[in-house]
Amino acid sequence: MTSIFTHEFNTPIYKGKTSFNTGLYINGKFVEGSDKNTIDVINPATGKIITKVAEATSKDVDVAVAAAHKAFETTWGLNMGGAGRSRLLAKLAQLMEEHQQELAALEALDNGKTFTWAMDVDTTFAIDTIRYYAGWADKIHGQVVETDERKLSYTRHEPIGVVGQIIPWNFPLLMMSWKLGPALATGNCIVMKPSEFTPLTAIRMSELIHEAGFPPGTFNLLTGYGNTVGAAISSHMKIDKVAFTGSTLVGRKIMEAAAKSNLKDITLELGGKSPNIIFNDADVDQAVNWAAHGIYWNHGQACCAGSRIFVQSGIYDEFLSKFTEKTRSLKVGDPFDLDSYQGPQVSQLQYDRIMEYIQSGKDQGATVHLGGDRVGTEGFYINPTIFTDTTPDMKIVQEEIFGPVGVVIKFEDEEDVIRQANDTVFGLAAAVFSQNITRALTTAHRLKAGTAWVNCVNQLHANVPFGGFKQSGIGRELGEYALHNYTAVKSVQVNLGHVM
Amino acid sequence: MASIFTHEFNTPIYKGKTSFNTGLYIDGKFVDGSDKTTIDIINPATGKVITKVAEATPKDVDIAVAAAHKAFETTWGLNAGGAERSRLLGKLARLMEEHQQELAAIEALDNGKTFTWAMDVDTTFAIDTIRYYAGWADKIHGQVQETDERKLSYTRHEPIGVVGQIIPWNFPLLMMSWKLGPALATGNCVILKPSEFTPLTAIRMCELVHEAGFPPGSVNLLTGYGNTVGSAISSHMKIDKVAFTGSTLVGRKIMEAAAKTNLKDITLELGGKSPNIIFDDADVDQAVNWAAHGIYWNHGQACSAGSRIFVQSGIYDEFLEKFTEKSRSLKVGDPFALDSFQGPQVSKAQYDRIMGYIQSGKDQGATVHLGGDRNGTEGYYINPTIFTDTTPDMKIVQEEIFGPVGVVIKFEDDEDVIRQANDTVFGLASAVFSQNITRALTTAHRLKAGTAWVNCVNQLHANVPFGGFKQSGIGRELGEYALHNYTAVKSVQVNLGHVM
Repeated sequence: MTSIFTHEFNTPIYKGKTSFNTGLYINGKFVEGSDKNTIDVINPATGKIITKVAEATSKDVDVAVAAAHKAFETTWGLNMGGAGRSRLLAKLAQLMEEHQQELAALEALDNGKTFTWAMDVDTTFAIDTIRYYAGWADKIHGQVVETDERKLSYTRHEPIGVVGQIIPWNFPLLMMSWKLGPALATGNCIVMKPSEFTPLTAIRMSELIHEAGFPPGTFNLLTGYGNTVGAAISSHMKIDKVAFTGSTLVGRKIMEAAAKSNLKDITLELGGKSPNIIFNDADVDQAVNWAAHGIYWNHGQACCAGSRIFVQSGIYDEFLSKFTEKTRSLKVGDPFDLDSYQGPQVSQLQYDRIMEYIQSGKDQGATVHLGGDRVGTEGFYINPTIFTDTTPDMKIVQEEIFGPVGVVIKFEDEEDVIRQANDTVFGLAAAVFSQNITRALTTAHRLKAGTAWVNCVNQLHANVPFGGFKQSGIGRELGEYALHNYTAVKSVQVNLGHVM
Repeated sequence: MASIFTHEFNTPIYKGKTSFNTGLYIDGKFVDGSDKTTIDIINPATGKVITKVAEATPKDVDIAVAAAHKAFETTWGLNAGGAERSRLLGKLARLMEEHQQELAAIEALDNGKTFTWAMDVDTTFAIDTIRYYAGWADKIHGQVQETDERKLSYTRHEPIGVVGQIIPWNFPLLMMSWKLGPALATGNCVILKPSEFTPLTAIRMCELVHEAGFPPGSVNLLTGYGNTVGSAISSHMKIDKVAFTGSTLVGRKIMEAAAKTNLKDITLELGGKSPNIIFDDADVDQAVNWAAHGIYWNHGQACSAGSRIFVQSGIYDEFLEKFTEKSRSLKVGDPFALDSFQGPQVSKAQYDRIMGYIQSGKDQGATVHLGGDRNGTEGYYINPTIFTDTTPDMKIVQEEIFGPVGVVIKFEDDEDVIRQANDTVFGLASAVFSQNITRALTTAHRLKAGTAWVNCVNQLHANVPFGGFKQSGIGRELGEYALHNYTAVKSVQVNLGHVM
């Protein structure tokens, strides 16, 4: 039998209780993995185990896929009309709202982000995303195409079928909502793998999905490892599409597996090394605050993090001085403290990776202007870090660090900074700070990235599309655009009189 | 120096002359391949060489890509506004119209399709496709999303950049128009590889593209082989997207190469084994004529060919008799004879492949009801062929033959025939013949294919999307849908007052 995880939160910022089944969620039931193995889920604030959860194997993927196909042919897909799908998604959003604090607390415990951020952004935005797609569910329109009066020609935007979704550990619940929303709104059945580092809110969500009334098999959750469950999903002959958010390295493997198996369609949201360009005519105080948010939000564990901060020489000294002071003021501490801004990195592995990058910066001759070290002795805490005096070829300038490590680069010339900003294999996001309308918008338009923020950073909305140019991804999530990822267009042409 | 090919057409159906440069078309010039090698172009009606053309190498791909990027940054891309792109495409369509007969004659000479079909369908539809996308070029609209009054949030639908396009030999000019239209309308620069079997109309088109005034580097044509030029395109680090039409086997390689290199976006139009379901309540005479068109059009060399003809038992005998008579009446002969319906298959390789499938049908115990043999002693002519008494596992029932070979299968039961029709890895097209509105449309909706024809087959329009479910492809061509394949969505969010 699968086990129940119970936890009492007794913290300065939140007191409450959670209790839920830690099994896989397949065909409407919580079950053990077929090998009866479990995964230890670690609290990154302490390095200690929170609980075990069931581990899925590739055999469990087969079972889930079969259940999903059955549901697709009988109780879901186009058997459940748009209005029905809309009502269920709205119910889910409502249940998430009722349990918002519990979900935020679970997220903070599992991922290490602060309870405050988990409330203000992660859970709030996740609820809004589900609500937003509930609104799309009965507005999935095909086209009627005029050809001539002896033909009726129209398109149906059908659900694809059974889709695989693999989500990351940086915004577990939020990423889950970005995937669930459009996929369920358009009528697909889902086989989802959360990160083995952060499965808890996904598992709790499965209970809410069940409570909302989604038919068994429409949504299936398989916690497991990338090289077993993730690989099984991306190469499955009966999964019709896979959507992945994670590293560019793994994104390649997913696309390759899709090509070699059944040519399933793919959407990929991958890494970034986003430029944040601050011109002389920026509002410097605002630029400082936004730049800090750009790199330190979520402990730098954001694909769109503004990790390369280009500052024009006229304001460089003032900016650096204020930015250093701002950064120093960010409180690193327990996720459940009243005033923590930043918690621990998500895992030992990520901690090590970031510290290696910091070391490479030192080795390659950059200046550690601030931070660059651990905080405390327990948990995976890293001080917000600023590097200066870099050169473009350094690893800390080229590669995605995914930690609270910003690189501040002085520039003179507009043309040159745009060239530097675009000189990367990535293209996820970008930001520009300038009060001059021509310069601000022209620069934003010239940056080769899927999102360009002007006088702000890291602003996301359920109805605004998000995705990468170049090696930052394929396809767009959020907004109306995401519906495209989950629909199969069928043209129907009815002959009303053409004689052959 | 690249050489000129001159040919005098002196045939019953067309008299005229053509004369054009046989080089590669790179950066606005016709040039030799960098290795100075050539490819022999064979006339499939005779097996003899028509002419040599320049052969491209991967080094030529690099040169073309560099020229394309330069054009994209200076004279094309968003530097040429939508109105300008629209005018140039409109000019190209006009030039194609002025040279329509010449283009049709070259196509018939090179591919073996009849001059009549090349006029009535290939060139007419190709001109219409270019004209259609000329109309889209200045209507590439982003969205403005409402978030709140202290933000302006909008999307730009930008050209992707430099796109690679690899087209097949079955409808050379038509496939070129399906690729060029949306790619150029949206502002991309194109590196196009025609089939090494049928490059002639593509090369002549480049002269028209040049004459129309497209800037050097915006369109580049590299005739070459799949395993050199095709491979170089799909793995190029500076090609941002590749679009491919051809076999499912090669489609996999393209997607794998894209994954392993720079994660370029892909669209694929692959093979099919499309079912044509004829119910008892069909108009049998019309069904016979359409079914013949479904399998024998273009000598069976159509990805959407209705190659599995399911006939309900009540009308089976009548259908088979009339269908046999109809098939027998189709005149196989020289592409330039006045009354030919069907010319030779495109090449020796294809001829052998089809004859191999016919042999496998015999070996596996199916009945050759009609044809199954060569026509004449010169050229790659195969008689329209009908197999009956098949079982679902036979190669001729499962695999794409790509020749004038139809399989006629008797069925009883509605549910069972839909199951049989969908029991394939392919999903490109399908057709239903029934006069009953409920049965006709319900069946069309239940067939897992990108196109479902009702009481007709193989009907295509520039404004109606076309593409495959399952292993028949990824993405949709034609219609408004194709624009999506060639645009990169960028979200711009302008902060108008949110204070951080």
